[in-house]
Amino acid sequence: MKARAFDYRSVASVPEALAAHAGCAGEARYLAGGQSLLPALNLRLDAPDLLIDIGRIEALRGIAREGRTLRIGALTRHAETLRSALVAEHAPMLTQAAAFMAHPAIRNLGTMGGSLSLSDPAAELPACMRALGAAFEITGHGGTRIVAADDFFLDLFENAIAPGELLCAIRVPLPEPGTRMRFEEIARRRGDYALVGLGAKLVLAGGTIVSARLGFCSVGPTPMRAPAAEAALTGRPLDAQAIAAARAALGDDLFPDEDDSLSAAARMHLARVLLGRVLAALSDAGAPAAIEGAAA
Amino acid sequence: MIEPRPIAVTVNGATVRRFVEPRVSLADFLRGDLGLTGTHLGCEVGVCGACIVNLDDRPVHACLMLAVQVDGMRVDTVEGLSDSGALAELQAAFHARNALQCGFCTPGILVVAQDFLEACRAAGRVPSREAIRDALSGNYCRCTGYEAIVDAIEGVARTRHGRDRREDAA
Repeated sequence: MKARAFDYRSVASVPEALAAHAGCAGEARYLAGGQSLLPALNLRLDAPDLLIDIGRIEALRGIAREGRTLRIGALTRHAETLRSALVAEHAPMLTQAAAFMAHPAIRNLGTMGGSLSLSDPAAELPACMRALGAAFEITGHGGTRIVAADDFFLDLFENAIAPGELLCAIRVPLPEPGTRMRFEEIARRRGDYALVGLGAKLVLAGGTIVSARLGFCSVGPTPMRAPAAEAALTGRPLDAQAIAAARAALGDDLFPDEDDSLSAAARMHLARVLLGRVLAALSDAGAPAAIEGAAA
Repeated sequence: MIEPRPIAVTVNGATVRRFVEPRVSLADFLRGDLGLTGTHLGCEVGVCGACIVNLDDRPVHACLMLAVQVDGMRVDTVEGLSDSGALAELQAAFHARNALQCGFCTPGILVVAQDFLEACRAAGRVPSREAIRDALSGNYCRCTGYEAIVDAIEGVARTRHGRDRREDAA
């Protein structure tokens, strides 16, 4: 199907983008990579009056280390995330996740800011951002505010971005010594949305887990943390008993719905399988498969 | 009233200037305005891969890009890549191995396969069949069952790798 008619404006700066949005009498949408927006337009699930093309705003590009954070511009393409040496060094979970994201041609255009702004709970990046403890720079007429990933995702496709605001950059904290992280997912076919996906970030000190952050995708209305499973891991060595305890505790964290593709029980089962798989890979026994934080 | 916008795009090496309505996709622009009907339109939502073209040397779905967005950029379609000879080996291998039946998906597959093989070549490796299937995961073929397509691409990968090694040795 073809999209309904809309007007189009290409902008060169963030202030220009915000002004264009404020000046639109009807509905306006920011266009970045367009890999989710254009299908929605072509299916006529969405029919805005104006597309504001932010794809040429140089200030939204680039990946750089700034102090104790890795700052990733919102227009970073998934293919760039996949290839970035800085991302591989400081946030290897994102490198691993990018390999699962859609197909190569989609990754050439789709952007990190676009995926997070859409907040699809089945997408990889939102779950990773919660696991990584990332924060987002959101700019509006009042200036720029920082929102933690844990406070950003509100409900199905709903997030903390107010109408007209723009997600400009993602701040990922650099891993502290002893950090181990990994992303894996289970999907029916390569490039399909995950039946369940998991980004895990553990910090070990003296053989003991001192911090655990788990971010699941495709198991709820938002990317989901798993506080009970995280608590079950914290304060113990990463061994078979800890993994079993985390898997058992996961039942207190996740309550996936039934849907056409999978029963709730099957999805819960896959979440436990995946949690066991990822934690085993992060343990010393699975160490060759795990990627340690650079500072470890 | 939504005004058509002027764009200048380098398509298959030649600069074309047109006025386009914002809603027109790159795929419809190539097919309708320029008559380049080798770019096929299947699903129009970025799933089937039949419309994939190179945009500044990277494969993208022409159905998920607006013509107005590509102002100032370079687009190479299956016609241009075919005329330049870049696809000749792949086309011959697809022919020899019967890697197409109706041919609807073939333009997108050729563009993706050529990009993938060039990346493999730059890395000095011959891709596994699994890696080839991975690269083609965004291209649907409803005729062949993919086996012959993977055969053809694997054959070209081996031929090119062997030639590169002989050239290195010489």
